[in-house]
Amino acid sequence: MDASSFIRISRRHALGLIGGVALMLPARQALAAPSSLTFDQMYGSVGVLGLTFSDKLNSLQDKPVSMQGFMAPPLKAEANFFVLTEIPMALCPFCSSDADWPDNIVVVYLKEAQTFEQANATIEVTGKLEVGSWTDPDTGFVSLVRIVDAAFETV
Amino acid sequence: MRGLLALLTATTCLATATVASATTIYPLDRATILSGSPFDMKVEFDGVVAEGDVTVTINGKPAKDVLGGEIAFIEKEADADASAIRFKGVTIAKAGSYEIVAKAGDETKTVTWDVYGTAETPKAKNVIFLVGDGLSVAHRTAARIMSHGMTEGKANGRLAMDDLDRMAFIGTSSTEAIATDSANTMSAYMTGHKTAVNAIGVYADRTKDSMDDPKVETMAEALRRQTNKAIGIVTTSELQDATPAAVASHTRKRGDKAEINQMMFDVKPDVILGGGSAYFLPQATPGSKRKDDKDFVKMYQDAGYTLATNKEELEKATGTNTGKILGLFHTGNMDSTLDREFLKKGTVGKFPNQPGLEEMTKVAIDQLSKNQDGFFLMVEGANIDKMSHPLDWDRAVMDTIEFDKAIRVAMDFAKSNPDTMIVVTGDHTHGVSIIGTVDDEKEGTDMREKVGTYADAGFPNYTDENGDGYPDKIDVSRRLFLAANNGPDHYETFRPKLDGPFVPAIQNEQKQYIANEQYKDVPGAVLVQGNIPRDGDTGVHAVDDVVLQSNGPGSEGFKGYMEQSDVYRVLADAFALGTKQAK
Repeated sequence: MDASSFIRISRRHALGLIGGVALMLPARQALAAPSSLTFDQMYGSVGVLGLTFSDKLNSLQDKPVSMQGFMAPPLKAEANFFVLTEIPMALCPFCSSDADWPDNIVVVYLKEAQTFEQANATIEVTGKLEVGSWTDPDTGFVSLVRIVDAAFETV
Repeated sequence: MRGLLALLTATTCLATATVASATTIYPLDRATILSGSPFDMKVEFDGVVAEGDVTVTINGKPAKDVLGGEIAFIEKEADADASAIRFKGVTIAKAGSYEIVAKAGDETKTVTWDVYGTAETPKAKNVIFLVGDGLSVAHRTAARIMSHGMTEGKANGRLAMDDLDRMAFIGTSSTEAIATDSANTMSAYMTGHKTAVNAIGVYADRTKDSMDDPKVETMAEALRRQTNKAIGIVTTSELQDATPAAVASHTRKRGDKAEINQMMFDVKPDVILGGGSAYFLPQATPGSKRKDDKDFVKMYQDAGYTLATNKEELEKATGTNTGKILGLFHTGNMDSTLDREFLKKGTVGKFPNQPGLEEMTKVAIDQLSKNQDGFFLMVEGANIDKMSHPLDWDRAVMDTIEFDKAIRVAMDFAKSNPDTMIVVTGDHTHGVSIIGTVDDEKEGTDMREKVGTYADAGFPNYTDENGDGYPDKIDVSRRLFLAANNGPDHYETFRPKLDGPFVPAIQNEQKQYIANEQYKDVPGAVLVQGNIPRDGDTGVHAVDDVVLQSNGPGSEGFKGYMEQSDVYRVLADAFALGTKQAK
């Protein structure tokens, strides 16, 4: 599947799609109202010798959250994940490795495929927050903070 | 019959010539090699050949007799349906011209190496090698005008670098292209060998493995082999970035930062100051960019290094008697001077106490100069390049001013220590020029019409009331207009970017860079159509020569036009690296 064949399920479109509603509503209902989390709130302390997660981030582990940011272009067209960044990404993600990523990125694993959103647009991602090191088996990409079972829409 | 015979001969010759040109010998033809320095030699044949058919001679003698070292014949190389021979860690002790001939059946390749010796006694005790990453003529001119001003066409003051005695034009091209990057350029300075874009301390062979390429000796390794001198590396970038990496490491791929961090540890420069702590932290620590459990902070501490993680700790570390300082001031690249010292933008909120290049240079020289055998210090003004890529000229120029302050520190040291050679240079250039000014006082709202060219440019109105060498503010009403000659689609705002470094273009789903709409609504902004391929994210390096300047003993070796790799030879000669000086 290439990027252009992603199914678009923004809230507006989902309302017009019976299948979309069927997919989306149970997921939304199953979750409590998501707590909003910002990039600034992710870390309690940021230092040369490492970062520590904030109490807020830790307390939201495995709970529904929503976060606003920018979508970095997907690693591979068929990947079901993308990277959410605080500012639009200018450097080429994955061009060489994950070496050039900023510290505060959130990896988003989508519940359903969605169309790539232009990197110029702010999006809001909703899903379950996962904290802890995890290596993506397909790409080797290491993440510390993830939003899984996620969906997003433009703000 | 005679005609046919002639034709056959001609065809045979042609075929032989074609095949012969496909064999590659590393080091490449016209390589210059420091006598006694270890290097790897590799012959890549065009096809699979039998080991028994292969001969490699050096000035007519079997190569193994001349070179020594380990020899391995590989019948079929990874990634190539062809054979190769590797000679690992070989040396040539005697200076002179060496002709290398590799033959296998019909394949023949001949290259010539110039093995050079050095003076027997050093001319310089210390060398301070200051690299403005991407430093171009426009950066220098802009730094001079912004820092000192200009009246009636004459500069009101001079940069430190303006008073260096000797100079040369440096050709920066890589082995595979006229174009170039910080890896191959710094590698040429620090090894005396040109190489390929993205490569450091190696010749770029045909196999994909980035760690198996034929190595050449780095400056740090040569110093450890021949001298007891102290070694220092100071940068505002990640310490694993190409420029600092090239002082002490070997990889085909500059992105191998975790490996580079290990290679730098293996050499253990005495003073290491910069960013990139992410590669020092074990993977379990949030913020780490390693994929293993190595804790380099602890490893360095165990090896006797005093650790500093901010400005205050660096100051304290100056008094250390351990002789070794590890200063890590950012997980990634340190912030630009404009953000760090003035605007407090970028990542300064997260890393508020980063020292500047001037302070780091001072601490490094204080520490290294305690070594009675002298020192080699590499200082990099990294953000000149890091801010030129995104066309953020105000930041690039402010970093040039800071770089010049570090040069002043070095020149002051050399004044009282005249056995010190100072080299100031860029590694490559950027496609940028100053074309005039932007004057807000001109009528109207069309910013393009406020650009002053020729006589209309007038002089900018920066001030430096506090005399710190930096303009009191960057967003004066009549300011320098620097323009890039290349780049992706972007919005030209004609103004300094006070909210944080410029991000000219961002990637779309087709992996093409499009103008960042964040700047679309800045009053008077105009869309500038890009002129490089659409997968290019920012402005690119120029192929233009770099201007190198130098002072002190040995600096007379710099003159006219020089290949970047020839700079190493001047350094090696100043330090007499052909002669064993270590106990």
